[in-house]
Amino acid sequence: MSPDAAAGTVPHPTHLAHQFDDAGQQREAASLGMWVFLATEVLFFGGLFTTYLVYRNWYPAAFAAGSHELLIWAGTTNTAVLITSSLTMALAVHAAQTGNRRLLLLFLLVTMALGLVFLGIKGFEYHTEYVEHHVPGAGFQFDPANAQHAQLFFSLYFLMTGLHALHMIVGLGIMSTMFWISWRGVITSEYYNPIEVGGLYWHFVDIVWIFLFPLLYLIARHAH
Amino acid sequence: MATVLAPPHHYLNDGYGIKSWLLTRDHKRIALLYLASITFFFFVGGLFAVLIRLELITPVGDLVSDETYNKLFTMHGIMMVFFFLIPSIPATLGNFLVPLMIGAKDLAFPRLNLASWYIFLLGGLFTLYALVTGGVDTGWTFYVPFSTTSSTSNVIPAALGIFVTGFSSILTGLNFIVTIHRMRAPGMTWFRMPLFLWSMYATSVIFVLGTPVIAITLLLIAAERLFHFGFFDPALGGDPVLFQHLFWFYSHPAVYIMVLPAMGVVSELVAAFCRKQVFGYTVVAFASLAIAVLGFLVWGHHLFVAGESVYAAMIFSILSYLVAIPSAVKVFNWTATMYKGSISWATPMLYAIGFIGLFTIGGLTGLFVAAVGIDVHVTDTYFVIAHFHYIMVGGAIMGYMGGLHYWWPKISGRLYNEFLAKIAAGIIFLGFNLTFFPQFILGYLGMPRRYHAYPPEFQVLNVLSSAGASILGVGYLIPFFYLMWSLRYGPLAGSNPWSAVGLEWTTTSPPPTENFARTPTVTWNAYEYGEPIESHVA
Amino acid sequence: MAGRVDALYFFLVAIAVFFSVLIAGLIVYFAVKYRRRSPTDVGQPVTGGTLLEIAWTVVPLMITMVIFVWGASVYFAMASPPSDTLNVYVVGKQWMWKFQHLDGQREINELHVPVGRNVKVIATSEDVIHSFFVPAFRMKADVIPGRYVNLWFNATKPGRYQLFCAEYCGTRHSGMTGAIVVMEPADYQAWLSGGAPEGSLASGGEKLFASLACNTCHRSDTQGRGPVLTGLFGKTVMLEGGGTVTADEAYIRESILMPSAKITAGFQPIMPTFQGLVTEDQLLQLVEYVKSLK
Repeated sequence: MSPDAAAGTVPHPTHLAHQFDDAGQQREAASLGMWVFLATEVLFFGGLFTTYLVYRNWYPAAFAAGSHELLIWAGTTNTAVLITSSLTMALAVHAAQTGNRRLLLLFLLVTMALGLVFLGIKGFEYHTEYVEHHVPGAGFQFDPANAQHAQLFFSLYFLMTGLHALHMIVGLGIMSTMFWISWRGVITSEYYNPIEVGGLYWHFVDIVWIFLFPLLYLIARHAH
Repeated sequence: MATVLAPPHHYLNDGYGIKSWLLTRDHKRIALLYLASITFFFFVGGLFAVLIRLELITPVGDLVSDETYNKLFTMHGIMMVFFFLIPSIPATLGNFLVPLMIGAKDLAFPRLNLASWYIFLLGGLFTLYALVTGGVDTGWTFYVPFSTTSSTSNVIPAALGIFVTGFSSILTGLNFIVTIHRMRAPGMTWFRMPLFLWSMYATSVIFVLGTPVIAITLLLIAAERLFHFGFFDPALGGDPVLFQHLFWFYSHPAVYIMVLPAMGVVSELVAAFCRKQVFGYTVVAFASLAIAVLGFLVWGHHLFVAGESVYAAMIFSILSYLVAIPSAVKVFNWTATMYKGSISWATPMLYAIGFIGLFTIGGLTGLFVAAVGIDVHVTDTYFVIAHFHYIMVGGAIMGYMGGLHYWWPKISGRLYNEFLAKIAAGIIFLGFNLTFFPQFILGYLGMPRRYHAYPPEFQVLNVLSSAGASILGVGYLIPFFYLMWSLRYGPLAGSNPWSAVGLEWTTTSPPPTENFARTPTVTWNAYEYGEPIESHVA
Repeated sequence: MAGRVDALYFFLVAIAVFFSVLIAGLIVYFAVKYRRRSPTDVGQPVTGGTLLEIAWTVVPLMITMVIFVWGASVYFAMASPPSDTLNVYVVGKQWMWKFQHLDGQREINELHVPVGRNVKVIATSEDVIHSFFVPAFRMKADVIPGRYVNLWFNATKPGRYQLFCAEYCGTRHSGMTGAIVVMEPADYQAWLSGGAPEGSLASGGEKLFASLACNTCHRSDTQGRGPVLTGLFGKTVMLEGGGTVTADEAYIRESILMPSAKITAGFQPIMPTFQGLVTEDQLLQLVEYVKSLK
C-alpha cells in the first residue's frame, strides 16, 4: 500500500468507500464477499439436494416415473437458455472492463431477456403440471403403482425448481439495478465491481440449474 | 497518574438523534444496537427460565397448565439459542472489536452490517409475535412429525422468524471473513492477530456454512405443515429421522458458534490479566479452526437413540471424542499461561477463570454423552440439560460477561464499580452451580427432560436447582444496573485502563468514529508483554 | 447391562473429578501464587514446553479412545438382542403405551414380564416420535412412526420399574409414564393364565388375513399372484432387480404398507397398499400371523 494511502491522504475517488484504503482492496473485498455468499447458497440448496438423494435412493422406480412426466423439451431449452445467458453475462462483464458502455447495456438487456424466457418456460411447465394433477396435495393423481412416492418426487421438483426460480427473479432484480447504474454512468473501466459481482451471482444460479436439470429431468431416460 | 480527560470527539457524540443511530454505518454503533436487542431477548428468555424453575419446585404441575409449560421451555430455548447466544459475542463484541483489533476503519461492508441488525430485529419481532399470539410448543428442536402434523401452536411464524434471523448470522459471518482476509493493517500478519480474531474467523466459517442448512430445514417444516408434501411423513414414504439429520447438521456446529467466541474472549482476558503471551499461541489459533471443522462432523451424536444405525453411531462417537481434544488443549494452554504470570483478580479475570473451570466440567460431561452406551441412559434426561448449560451458561455467558466488563471502558469510556462487579460475578458463579449441578444427578437417576410434572423422589434436587436459579437471576440483574449507572456516573476510563497490549487500547476510549487517527503499522506480536508496559500505552 | 453402564459411568465420574480438580486446583494455586504484586508487573515469558503440549494432547486422546471403545462395546451389546427372547410389542401413542403380548394379552402403560428371561420389546409409534425409557434397566430407544425398533433386557430382580416417555411428544408428554412389572416365574404364569379374550396376536392376524383378502394372492400353493408366505419369516428374500433382504418384522410391515418398495424376484408389482386401511395394532397381528406360518 502506498505511504499516502497509509496516511489516509490519497484523494478518494468517488466510488471508493471510506473503509477501504484503495480501489484494489475494495474490488478484492467485493469479490471475496460474493464468493462467500455463494458458498452459503450452496449449503442452502444442499439441504434440498440431500433430501432428494435420500428419497431417490429409496424409491428409484417412483422417481423415474415422475421424472418421465416432466417436459424434457422445456427443461432442455431452459438449459440452453441459461447457459447462453451466462455467456452474455460474461460478455457484459468484459464490456464493463473495457469501458464499453453500449455493449455493457446491450448484454445486460439480453441476459435479462433470456432470464425472462427461462421463467416464462418454467411457468408454462408449472401450468402443465397443474393441469395434469401432478401438483402435490389433495388433487394429486398418479399411476397407482408409484403414486405414494411419486408425490415425494413432485414435491421436491416444485420446491427445488421453485427456489431456483426465486433466485432467478432476484437475479433479474440485480440485473435491473446494474442496468440502471450502468445507464447512469457509474460503471467505468476503473470501477465495475457491481457488474463482476452480479455476474458471479448469475453464473451461480446457472450452475444450480445445471445440477437440477439432470437430477430432475433425466432419471433413467436412457431406458426409454 | 495524569488526570484522565474524555476525548473531545468520539463515536458516541458523533451525531445525535435517532436517525444517526438507526441509519448508522459505524460498526461500533451497530454493536450497541445489537447489545440492546440481545439484552432484551436475554431477559425474555430468562423470564421463561424463571417460570420453568418455579413450576418445577413441586412434583405436580400446579403453577401452569401442561400446554403452557411446553410453550415455556420451547420459547426459552428459541429465545436463548437463536436470539441471545448465537449473536451475543459476535454481533456485539465482534462487531465492535474486529475492525479495531485489525487496525481498520470499519468492517468490509458497513451497510450490510446495519442490514444484518435490521434482519435480526425483524426475525426477533416475528418470533415474539408467534409468542404473543399463542406461543409455540414443539421444543426449540421442532422435531417432526409433532411439529408438522400434531402441534396446534404457532409453528410457522416461529420457524419463519428464526429463518429470517439466520440471514443476520450469515451476513455477519460474511463481513468478518472478508474483513479479516482483506483489511488487516500493514504488518498485521495472520499470526500477529489477537486470538479473539482467530475465534471470530472460525465462528464466521460456521455461520456461513451451517446457517443455510437450518434455513432450508425450517422452510421444509413450513412447507410440510402448509402443503403436506410428505418429506417427513411415513405414510407418504417420508422419514421423520431425516429431519433430525438436517436439523442437527446446523445445530451442532451452532454450539461451537456459541462457545468459540467465548474462548476467544478468554484468550484475550488471560493474556491481559496475566500480562503474558498466551502459552502456545499458534496451537490455540489452529485449535479454533479445528473445532470449527470437526464440529461439522459430529451431528449424529444427537441421534444415537433416534434410529441411527449402530455403525453410524460408532463413527459419530469417535469423531465426537476427536472434537473434544482441541478444546481440552485450549484449557491446558490457558492454565499454563497463568504459570508465572502477573495475575490480576479484576472482574474480567474472575469471569475468565469461571469460564475455564465450568467449561472444563461441561466438556468432561461431554465425554459421558459421547459414549454411546452411556448416552442411551442419559440422553433426553436432565443430564444433557446440565451438560449443555454448563457449556452455554457456565462457559459462553461467562465469557460474554468477562468480555463485556473488559471492553466496557473502551466501549463507553467509563469504568464500572469493581466491588459490585466482583459481588455479581460471585453470585452468578454460585447461583449457576447450584442450579445446574443437581441436574446431572437428576438425569442419571432418570428424570426425563421437558417434563412438566415428575415423580416425587426427584423433588429435593429440583428444589435445589430452583433455589440456584433464583440466585442466578439476581446475579444477572446486578451488572445490568451498575453498567447502566456507569454510563453517566462512572469515572472516565482513559485509553488503556488495564495497561493491556492490543490495537484497540492504542486509541481513545471511546474510540473516534474512524477508529484510529492514523492507520497503524504493526510490528509486534499479539501479546508482547515482555517489554515495560508503558511502551504500548497511548 | 445396567451394571456395565454404571461401571463405565463411574469410571467417567472419576476421570471428570480428577481433571476438574486438577484444573481448578492449578488455576486457584496460580492465581494466588502469581498474583500481581505491583501495578507495573508483567508476567514472565515461558519458552519451550513442546513436550508438555504433546503430552497433554496425546494423553487425553488416548483416554478418550479408551472411553470410546468401552462405550461402543456396551452399546453393541445393547443393540444385539439374543435369539431366545420373549417378544412383546408396544405401540406408543399420544399419550400412552399399548403393550401386546403374543398370546393376545393387552396392557396399557404396564408391562408384566418374568424375572430372569431375555425380553425383546418391538416398538413403534402410531403418531409422533416417542421414546421408551426404563431408567432402572439403563434402556432407551426412540419410538418412531413408520418403523419398528427393538429393545431388549433381562430383569434380574422382581419389582416395579418406572417407564417414561423420553422424547417430547405434546401436551401430556410428562404423563406418558408407566411401569415394567417384573414377576417371579410362578406369579407370571398366574398372571398370564388370566388370558386374553380375543385370542393371540397370531389368531387375530389370521382373521385379518382373510377379511382383508390377502389370501386371494398369497396362497399356500405356488398358484397365487403373490409369494408364498409359509416359512418366509427369517429367510433371505431375492428381490426383483437384484439385491436381497431378510424377512423380519420390519420387512413384513413395509410390504403391507409400501408393497412397491421391495418386489420379490419373479413377481409383478401389483400388490395394492394397505396404508390407511390397517391400524398399528392390526399390523402387529398380521406380522405375528405371518411369523407363525411354518
